Amino acid sequence: MTTAGAVTRAKATAVPASETLPWLLSAVIVGLVLYYFIGIDQGALSVFGDTSDVHELVHDARHFLGFPCH
Amino acid sequence: MEARSFVLRGVLAGAVAGVVAWLFSLVFAEPQIEAAIAYEEGRGAAEEALAVAAGAAPVGGAEEEVVSRGVQATLGLGIGMVGIGIALGLLFAVAYTLLHGRVALRPRVLALLVAGAGFLTLYATPFVKYPASPPAVGADETIGDRTALYLAMVIGSLVALAVAVVVARAVRARVGTWNAALIGGATYVALAAVLMAVLPGLGELTINAAAGGPRVAETPLPLRDPAGTIVFPGFDADVLYAFRVASISAQALLWGVLGLVFGALVERRLARTEPTVAAAS
Repeated sequence: MTTAGAVTRAKATAVPASETLPWLLSAVIVGLVLYYFIGIDQGALSVFGDTSDVHELVHDARHFLGFPCH
Repeated sequence: MEARSFVLRGVLAGAVAGVVAWLFSLVFAEPQIEAAIAYEEGRGAAEEALAVAAGAAPVGGAEEEVVSRGVQATLGLGIGMVGIGIALGLLFAVAYTLLHGRVALRPRVLALLVAGAGFLTLYATPFVKYPASPPAVGADETIGDRTALYLAMVIGSLVALAVAVVVARAVRARVGTWNAALIGGATYVALAAVLMAVLPGLGELTINAAAGGPRVAETPLPLRDPAGTIVFPGFDADVLYAFRVASISAQALLWGVLGLVFGALVERRLARTEPTVAAAS
């Protein structure tokens, strides 16, 4: 770590949109898919049909994170 | 720094936050979840005994167990917590990247601010209307409605924050930064309050209202026999309270660790590769 005050501000380097778009888009997609599988899948909706393996595996976390569960 | 660096650091910080939240949950969530499941089973047995006494045939046979309780309470919990940490770390990194260099805050302060916004919109505001609930609190029949309503609160909170930021930025030149932040905060609270007033409480859902009259939530009431005598108690309020306090603590921990670790990682990287920027400011 640097000493306090050595890094005060990083105002010079805004990230340009063009190069970053693929990274940001894939991060959003992967993030939302993960969020969906841990929070929602096989409750109200289900991607893999009428099974509940995903739901049952992450069951406790789903309750604890505040998502609706049975 | 390019987007790649931010995204990868988001994943790392999110995973670390998820592990911390997992350890916390093992100690503070599981006892409440076990108590809730014991209540659920006891109540199920009492309900069946009532039905049999009323002349119904015994149902028999417990619910089929797809994943054992032992796995759910340890590995499953861990996969869920670390998984959500990575998911939130990715979304966090995107929001951070869009703001980095565009606001006059050093990275670790901006990172904590973005984490606070995530906690507020993705968890805390929805919690006020639809709080986290342990097993046994929440009817199977309403899972569709509950999911839709919960997501409406999450998305609504994000929209409210976006509107609040736009409003604050619009008035900043006229009223100054402090007053603009207050106006933005008031805007967020007002919009969230309207949303909460408009959406129905879970106890008001048709099926629940038909079963026991409209109520605020789905928390099980005492079970009574036809004569009105209580044969099984309502859900333990202490268990519910402890579960919800632990849930809030775990989310605060998750977002806090995510913001702190991410901010530290970004500042370390900036100090290494862009010393001129760091020294110049």
